[in-house]
Amino acid sequence: MSGWLSRLAVYFSYPFVRYALIVSVLVGLCAALLGVTLVLKRFSYIGDGLSHVAFGAMAAASLLHLADATVLILPVTVLCAVLLLKTGQSARVRGDAVIAMVSVGALALGYLLMNVFSVSSNVSGDVCSTLFGSASILTLTPRDVAVSVVLSAVVLALFLLFYHRIFAVTFDEAYARATGLPAERYHLLIAVIIAVIIVMGMQLVGSLLISALVIFPAISAMRLFSGFRAVTVCSGVLSVIGSVTGLVLSVLAATPIGATIVAVDILILLICSVIGAVRRR
Amino acid sequence: MAQIVCEDLVLGYEGRPVVSGLSFEVKAGDYLCIVGENGSGKSTLIKAILGLQPPMSGRILLQDGLQPSEIGYLPQQTDIQRDFPAQVREIVQSGCLARMKHRVFFGRAEKKLARDCMERMGILDMEKRCYRDLSGGQQQRVLLARALCSAQKVLLLDEPVSGLDPNATLELYQLIRKLNREGITILMVTHDIMAATVYASHILHIGDSVFFGTAEEYGRSRTGRGFLSAEEGILGSGGSGGGGL
Repeated sequence: MSGWLSRLAVYFSYPFVRYALIVSVLVGLCAALLGVTLVLKRFSYIGDGLSHVAFGAMAAASLLHLADATVLILPVTVLCAVLLLKTGQSARVRGDAVIAMVSVGALALGYLLMNVFSVSSNVSGDVCSTLFGSASILTLTPRDVAVSVVLSAVVLALFLLFYHRIFAVTFDEAYARATGLPAERYHLLIAVIIAVIIVMGMQLVGSLLISALVIFPAISAMRLFSGFRAVTVCSGVLSVIGSVTGLVLSVLAATPIGATIVAVDILILLICSVIGAVRRR
Repeated sequence: MAQIVCEDLVLGYEGRPVVSGLSFEVKAGDYLCIVGENGSGKSTLIKAILGLQPPMSGRILLQDGLQPSEIGYLPQQTDIQRDFPAQVREIVQSGCLARMKHRVFFGRAEKKLARDCMERMGILDMEKRCYRDLSGGQQQRVLLARALCSAQKVLLLDEPVSGLDPNATLELYQLIRKLNREGITILMVTHDIMAATVYASHILHIGDSVFFGTAEEYGRSRTGRGFLSAEEGILGSGGSGGGGL
């Protein structure tokens, strides 16, 4: 008992582990709050598609030897978020097909770029850590942490300010429009926030797993609560618990951080499903 | 004086007119039912009145001091809503957003308004319940309460009774009539032609031929007789949900 506690104390005396903790709490919180809206609006696939776009952008950024990859990844992902949402709504283009194409295309091109142009000796290692996050979160610099603190502060502030309107647009778009709420603008806002969360989360769990942080806590919370505010708050709490537990476990057991966090989120979902099923009896 | 005046409207999608030559007016306290075959442009007309889709030609005028924000709307239910985790109160309160301009949170006035509207619809006792656990009729009353939060003068209802059982249908019709008698103008798109002739003061029939007039005139008109008898032929005499007055 005291063995692993003292080991944990040692680990957390390192600043990079503390940075990882801060970032995982923030990313978990932001992803889960927006996740409720995304899941309910049937937008979860857009999050998944965007994470692949972010992977492609990351590959391009490493190709260009950018000092800070976020400078490229963030605008590209935000742009794609806006485009995907637009095509998803138009009846003429098959929205799901477009998203599948963009997502797979970005994945393929990103891998191709990394393979053909990479100067690194360990291409598959690079690809793997971009996709699954692996150890990259432990190489966070104070600047990375500052960026994600600022980004998540912006996300949280926007979410709080527009909470009631986001609810209205999520629950009933037709009604929201009819009463003069600019639904398009709120969709845009939601898309931009998703993109920001995905870019932030890439460092934590990698681009393949980030959608898990968006979807699992939201679904878990819906098993337990029936009000929108209750579900949103619970989703945030569960996600933070999952992220912190996952991080601690991965540090102790030397497992990949992203995959461990997602595994904990899955476990939480199972527990919540059981509790929900028992209570509904 | 008329609240809503439509003059020689042409409505359609992507440059293709669906309905043309539409002229009618709605006065305060009227109960207008909009009937017609599927695809005849009923929902398009609703969208045009709400200002969501500009008419291809013609005009829609709001008069008598009627503001767009004073028109309440009861849209058709969507898939998203059926399993949506939200409390009744949260949904009804969202009807107050239109009046809040740029304010971020609900104030005391909005909360009171939401309570009053829930009380009027007889759902105050279920304000904490989850929307998806309610029956179809209760859900419609929640959405009506939400519409009342934004509308003091006019309610636009898009097929409010579709999917309801006969009892819930009758209850909803009576609730709508009560609102109408309290002075709220009702515009209702419906397939329930029998109920339309029973409850409505005016009927607008759109389709191959356009009819606008009082409910009695509609029963005597060629369009109305054709539509009514076709309806009876399909449904038999007991097919209408709103028959019991």
